[in-house]
Amino acid sequence: MTSNSSVAGAAIAVTPARRVSSYLYNHAKLRLRLLIAAPVFWLGLVYIASLLMLLITAFWSIDEFTGNTKVIWNFDNVTSLFTDALYSTVTLRTIGIALGVTVVDILLALPIAFFMSKVAGPKVRNILAISVLLPLWASYLVKAYAWRSVLSNKGVLQWILEPLGLNTPGYSLFGAAITLGYMWLPYVILPIFGGLEKVPGNLLEASSDLGAKTFTTIRRVILPIILPSIIAGSIFAFSLTLGDYITINIVGGANQMLGNLIYTNVGTANNLPMAAALALIPIAIMFVYLGSVRRTGALNNL
Amino acid sequence: MRISRSAALVLGVISSAVMAAVYLPLVIVLINSFNNSMNMDWPPPGFTLDWWVKAFGSGGLMAALGTSVLIAICASVVALILGTLLALALSRYKFFGQESIGLMVILPIALPGIVTGLALNNAFRTVLGMQLSMATVIIAHATFCIVTVYNNVLARLSRANRNLEDASADLGAGVFTTFRLITLPQIGSALVAGGLLAFALSFDEIIVTTFTAGSGVETLPIWILNNMFRPGKAPVVDVVAVTTVLISVVPLYFAQRFTRETAK
Amino acid sequence: MKLKKVKALAVVAALSIALTGCAAGASNTAGTMLDKLGANEKSLTLLGWPGYAEDGSNDPKVDWVTPFEKETGCQVTFKPYGTSDEALSLFKTGQYDAIAASGDATLRLIAGGSVQPLNTKLIPSYTGVYSFLKNRNWNTVDGKTYGVPHGYGANLLMYNTKVVTPAPTSWSVVFDGASKYKGKVTAYDSPIYIADAALYLMKHQPALGIKNPYALDDKQLAAAVTLLKAQRANVGEYWSDYLKSIQSFETGNSVVGTTWQVIKNSMSAKATVDAILPTEGATGWSDSWMIASNAKHVNCAYQWLSYIDTPKANAAATEYFGEAPVTSDACQYASAGFCDTYHAGDANYAAQIWYWTTPISKCLDGRTDVKCTDYSAWTKAWQDIKG
Repeated sequence: MTSNSSVAGAAIAVTPARRVSSYLYNHAKLRLRLLIAAPVFWLGLVYIASLLMLLITAFWSIDEFTGNTKVIWNFDNVTSLFTDALYSTVTLRTIGIALGVTVVDILLALPIAFFMSKVAGPKVRNILAISVLLPLWASYLVKAYAWRSVLSNKGVLQWILEPLGLNTPGYSLFGAAITLGYMWLPYVILPIFGGLEKVPGNLLEASSDLGAKTFTTIRRVILPIILPSIIAGSIFAFSLTLGDYITINIVGGANQMLGNLIYTNVGTANNLPMAAALALIPIAIMFVYLGSVRRTGALNNL
Repeated sequence: MRISRSAALVLGVISSAVMAAVYLPLVIVLINSFNNSMNMDWPPPGFTLDWWVKAFGSGGLMAALGTSVLIAICASVVALILGTLLALALSRYKFFGQESIGLMVILPIALPGIVTGLALNNAFRTVLGMQLSMATVIIAHATFCIVTVYNNVLARLSRANRNLEDASADLGAGVFTTFRLITLPQIGSALVAGGLLAFALSFDEIIVTTFTAGSGVETLPIWILNNMFRPGKAPVVDVVAVTTVLISVVPLYFAQRFTRETAK
Repeated sequence: MKLKKVKALAVVAALSIALTGCAAGASNTAGTMLDKLGANEKSLTLLGWPGYAEDGSNDPKVDWVTPFEKETGCQVTFKPYGTSDEALSLFKTGQYDAIAASGDATLRLIAGGSVQPLNTKLIPSYTGVYSFLKNRNWNTVDGKTYGVPHGYGANLLMYNTKVVTPAPTSWSVVFDGASKYKGKVTAYDSPIYIADAALYLMKHQPALGIKNPYALDDKQLAAAVTLLKAQRANVGEYWSDYLKSIQSFETGNSVVGTTWQVIKNSMSAKATVDAILPTEGATGWSDSWMIASNAKHVNCAYQWLSYIDTPKANAAATEYFGEAPVTSDACQYASAGFCDTYHAGDANYAAQIWYWTTPISKCLDGRTDVKCTDYSAWTKAWQDIKG
């Protein structure tokens, strides 16, 4: 650290570590700076700077012949986001799927998380907690292909639905939404379960003592408390769906999503500026979303 | 809370049904790992152990597994350090810009992977002129893993008893001693939970990895993706999935027990 | 004062000379050809389609890299890629000595200065390669050869024999007649598939004046896009990997569409499918190994190019991937019937294939009065088609 004179306040300073320690104890601001220096440096320099660089690239163009990025400032790419019907169609489709997936995941996650937290005994709860986490370890791609098998015309779903006079959704937007919802469900259950664990038991007893039925208690007492956790889960499901381009390829039939357009532009067309411009769409959507839920405290529940 | 029997029953039935649906595709993966059709025909025309033998005899698979574990460990360690530092700072101090930092830490996970991947790819290659390598994957993974550690530790710190830290300081313990003897034990289970989630996130990540991995770097998900394109290799990846799920039971079980015990 | 100025000028001059020296040093290999081989560099980094350089790590029995390493001392690192376009962006990072590229990537690599012209005298096995694969517009520019062939094949028409009756002989079953199989038509998921539509129009709408499906002016591209948009309504899914295509034909999710011979061969016995080369001909691929203009291990790269066209290595590589070998001598090393199934060396069959070539603005069919649409236009068109 700095100099010896500044440790005067520490009477028992004998070793250098001790000196540093007491110096730090007396300088809260320095302590704070040391604590946040590394993480802020990392996030700021590695991530935020990269993000800003990408945004800048959106206003450049490429050399049509060699495909190299050129620094020619223009608004063509960004303007085309608004003028080209393709981009608005795909954006709306993607938002629609993401919203659907998010809502369904929350509806499925709530009863499970509630059952785990408030109904099940410790043993069942442990087993359930592990069972929820386990599928995360089966590769994403393997699960997507498993769903490809389930959804196919000769798949398990058809076998189950046929006697009921129904058909599998097959490879379609609906099929993709089911698969995506499946993929992200654990990410939604976990924060909601965490939120429920924080709900004090006596609060619920008070509610039922006052005559509230179980579902009234859930609706009036529990839901408001765990709302931030629900939103936290929704951020996962929504954002993961927003950028996906692999599942839609495997089970989505002939459809494409925003992720495909970005991926195609950087991979196929080698047009980084256009890809960057398209990336502005999910960034903008997520910023609006995060901005609107910021006050709920959801961001600390991820 | 007193939950009516019928409500408990309804919740139980819903939970079981959803969990059954969650495991159905995994059961199919398990069955397909013994399916003797290399295209995973359904229902399986016959039974074979070939894929299991092939999987464990595949040097490429084992190498990819090693790469993935190494990357996940490194990324988790970086995330554990940075996430803990940040959580300590934000829980113990009030300062200007606190909210922006809180936002900054969740951005890498809140923004879709393709955005994160593209941004980092662009920064590494064109801005910094770096060659993509294993290090670039670790940097990228650590970036989006910080938030899992940060949130777990922050939640634990907000519930932790601060008087203990003050008492420790009053009794003459330095800041490092206090951290080691008082704070660290309190956040231990949060570190395990956060670290494990970080490991899992990194281990199965494919989109950011695709954009940040160098030429020689083949993680398990990338190996799987490449094998989907190879003739007659598909069921081997099912073996991989079944195995990783089975292996992961062990750390999950202990983490669960550890978290429970320390939480009590 | 004066002296200072002179000094400053001298320094500036020296710096600029040094800088141009660096710049020249970095790029002087572009456009020049190697005269003779030097010592092997002990190391080689390759980029190619999955299965193009197997070293036994995926299957101990599938290995043609290890013999090469033993023979030349060049340690091979191989990176597989999923699409031609991914290959291009990977190759641009400059980490690779050589690349196995399809024709939809080769011209872009040559135009971008990423690859160097080859001295085929240094590649002894090149003499054995079928002549119909040499000096073609996807591997040769201005008389300079940039790539040696790895293997080739056609994009065939596969159909479910039970559902699609009568047996089709024309691509019309996936274009004008596709509505009969609405939701069960499949097509290759890449902008290059536009050429399939162009080939169909070339034969069925001569008024459009298409002479080469990879050389389309604005009007011709628009016609192809219209055709593909109409097809889109009947497409169940597009495919880009084997497994997807195989599975959807086996489950009946797809009943008709483009395929590769290897996919047809991989179908299970109970699948009722057939694959044909329709009367219009077909698009196809002929992949070439090319050497990076700034290759760090250029001697090892030459050794590899030479090795991969030797009969035994070429047989192993092409049979594993499922495409025709590039030299007739390979057939004696391949399993029985392999060369017949893939029509290896059948010049008549090969003549019906329009090999993937990168569309560029200079029309590939020789027209000079119009500008043709380039690959970026095709990419945007492909996105619009998928909608």
